[in-house]
Amino acid sequence: MKFAVGDAVRTSGRDPAHHYRVPRYLRAKRGRIEAIHAAFPLADARAAGDPSPPIETLYTVAFAGDEVWAQDAEPNTIYHAELWESYLLPLEGAS
Amino acid sequence: MSDHAHDHDDHGHDHPHDHGSPSAVMTARVNALIGALEARGVAADADVTAVIERFLAAAGPSNGARIVARAWVDPAYRALLLANANAAIAALGLDMSHWAPVELRVVENTERVHNVVVCTLCSCYPIALLGPAPQWYKSEAYRSRVVREPRAVLREFGVTLADDIEVRVWDATAELRYLVLPRRPPDSNGWDEARLMQFVTRDALIGTAG
Repeated sequence: MKFAVGDAVRTSGRDPAHHYRVPRYLRAKRGRIEAIHAAFPLADARAAGDPSPPIETLYTVAFAGDEVWAQDAEPNTIYHAELWESYLLPLEGAS
Repeated sequence: MSDHAHDHDDHGHDHPHDHGSPSAVMTARVNALIGALEARGVAADADVTAVIERFLAAAGPSNGARIVARAWVDPAYRALLLANANAAIAALGLDMSHWAPVELRVVENTERVHNVVVCTLCSCYPIALLGPAPQWYKSEAYRSRVVREPRAVLREFGVTLADDIEVRVWDATAELRYLVLPRRPPDSNGWDEARLMQFVTRDALIGTAG
């Protein structure tokens, strides 16, 4: 497992042509690991019909509203998404 | 719905049909699967219907209300529910893993925090605990807006929150389901679980009621 609860992370900015569970509004955004779950088959591979999809740790990642929507965010809101490990990068220089 | 209107030879009309819609495709696929099961003697259509009816008969918001009322009167149960919700519902004889393993997580409302649940991708929902999802939960309007402007959406449901109350939006998936633990009604000291249960609404367990 690559990340611990509380770690600062950034989502990948990639934009693949296939099924992908990082919604566009969350791409290349900074968040924090809020919870660590079991390892689940990667949805991208399952959607493509891969009979043996990679099994990866799933995290709940918390994103502040203003990180996602900038000055248009409502005050004091946090959005949580379930993201697989390969979607996430460590956030350099963050504690 | 498909994006085109067309006429049939046998009954002229011009309203859009949904022959090509995702639900029509899914219905055709399910019917083909049931046909294959029947043809091979694995299960008859009536067996499939009976399983679904048995499931839905046991699934309803009273299950969610039982969980909440127990948590309100029993601090040890509340702690278990927040730490390991699957174990906590199993302790009441409830189970969500009917077809595939799924993790349940219960998130708690407090004076400072209000939680609300959505499934932005489709309509993931704890059916076993709440019954079938309301139509609005599946609507594109709810699924997109509650992420972008949860406070405005909650106001439309009659829940007005001060800016110093943190709003936490939880996006359910095939892997994770969420249930909100609402705040106990004021002035309910000494009430038993049966009485408390009457104050737990389906929408409160989704987070769209106070």
